[in-house]
Amino acid sequence: MAIASSENAMRSGRFARTLIYLLLLLFALFYLLPLFVMLVNSLKPLSEITGGNMMALPDVWTIQPWLSAWSTAQIGVDPTGLKPYFLNSIAMALPAVLLSTFFGALNGYVLTKWQFRGHNIVFGLLLFSCFIPFQIVLIPMAQSLGVLGLAGSTTGLILVHFVYGIGFTTLYFRNYYAAFPTELVRAAQIDGAGFFRIFWRILLPSSGPIIAVSFIWQFTNIWNDFLFGASFADADSQPMTVALNNLVSSSTGVKEYNVHFAGAIMAALPTLVVYVVAGRYFVRGLMAGSVKG
Amino acid sequence: MADTSSPDMRTRLQNWLPKLVLAPSFALVLFFVYGFILFTIYLSFSDSRLLPSYGLVGWENYSKLFRLSHWETAITNLAVFATLYIVICSVIGLLLAILLDQKIRGEGVLRPIYLYPMALSFIVTGTAWKWMLDPGIGIENTMHLWGWESFAFDWIKNRDYAIYTVVLAAVWQSSGFTMAMFLAGLRGIDNEILKAAQMDGASNWQLYRRIIIPQLRPAFLSAFVILSHLAIKSYDLVIALTGGGPGRATELPATFMYSYTFSRNQMGIGASSAVIMLMTVAAIMVPYLYAELKEKK
Repeated sequence: MAIASSENAMRSGRFARTLIYLLLLLFALFYLLPLFVMLVNSLKPLSEITGGNMMALPDVWTIQPWLSAWSTAQIGVDPTGLKPYFLNSIAMALPAVLLSTFFGALNGYVLTKWQFRGHNIVFGLLLFSCFIPFQIVLIPMAQSLGVLGLAGSTTGLILVHFVYGIGFTTLYFRNYYAAFPTELVRAAQIDGAGFFRIFWRILLPSSGPIIAVSFIWQFTNIWNDFLFGASFADADSQPMTVALNNLVSSSTGVKEYNVHFAGAIMAALPTLVVYVVAGRYFVRGLMAGSVKG
Repeated sequence: MADTSSPDMRTRLQNWLPKLVLAPSFALVLFFVYGFILFTIYLSFSDSRLLPSYGLVGWENYSKLFRLSHWETAITNLAVFATLYIVICSVIGLLLAILLDQKIRGEGVLRPIYLYPMALSFIVTGTAWKWMLDPGIGIENTMHLWGWESFAFDWIKNRDYAIYTVVLAAVWQSSGFTMAMFLAGLRGIDNEILKAAQMDGASNWQLYRRIIIPQLRPAFLSAFVILSHLAIKSYDLVIALTGGGPGRATELPATFMYSYTFSRNQMGIGASSAVIMLMTVAAIMVPYLYAELKEKK
């Protein structure tokens, strides 16, 4: 692909090229604007926001809004800041990501290297589960979590994200392992290696890139989820997105925009860091989500 | 394939092992996805209100649902939102991909800038745009401070225009992703054909219109499927951006389902709206997935 692009046959004049760069730059500004606005205004005292220009740099720089958003802002009934909810999100996302990735890897391995009659139907059913609108499972899920004694708990949310993540992780690993030479698996089998030995020793060591994709995709999805958090969590287990929304929409009295902006950046930071560090894999995950593999 | 004729225990176990490993995931998905879908469908025919209840009432919930002006608003909004969202994302995505494909210096800097909003939660996107669109402190106010006194941009507070602000924020979030899909499509096109056409005197414009864009059909299809599926599921963005308001001006089926089920104690109607949502998604996804899976064999 890279080679093809360097051979691109397009020719364009100087005027056209200026126009192209201008357009690209304008779009870059459009995409950066909200982040810039949030960042700049999270570092201003409130008075500068309500009376001033949202595009202007602060006259007085302050990190007070960040401190307030993190540890003292009023969320729900308590002035706890976003910190406990940030920790909730971590406690929820990490186990759910690990579980769904691990099972996705095993499923992908079985569905490509140990195919059985009907394997495609099983895969089709798992795949469709990625694309259901979650509204269709909200009511029975609320009921089931109640029956299981997991209502309003982080464990309950882990279960939910694990279950509805299996489809995607299976899709990734299946497509990845489909390209893995089956002869290697056969050869190992003839040498007497069993099912798990082949998985641990042969498949898994070469799965680095797809594990990264699965991790990033799952982490982003779970961290960013709002619907499940809002439906199934109680005050002690709410994830960051729900807490942020409470902070922003339910505040009575003076709206502390600067604190809201700081909180929004906090909620965005983990996935932004992942994107900056491993953007390549993030994009691959997005593309695989459109079932091209 | 593991069907050997040696019948000892170990081999038999090895034959069963793969299925045993797959079984837990499959069972979970059967129960939590397909079982739950059946349960919700059942509830949509029941007299459930605050809690699930099992008395059947036939199609009553559906006929009530379609008589609700509230639902009509949600459906109309979805049609407006989905159409604009898909069309604008595709146009911007295609435009950016074509521009970026002109041997641009700094592509490595620009591409991640276009794409990063996709990494953010819709709640963050909604929060950010909510204040940018707020006439009191946002873009309108900024324009006034810059001296453009007559500038007015209060769509978010306007019943007739609020839904377009949802489109704006959603396009901001996902157009970079469509750009990435089209860019991948463009980079996959064989340059020999283009060179040949150029020799024959085709202009860049003709090249794109006649040869390149028609070849992006698969990318268009994927973009349509993914974006429409995202549009139908849209919930978070509306909650964070407008809360469904002003009034009910930005209500979508997803927010309708939630409020009827969990705050208005009309679970039967909520369930039937969820079923309609599932049907809509399935009508798009099932043929697409079927075709994708068949191709791969």
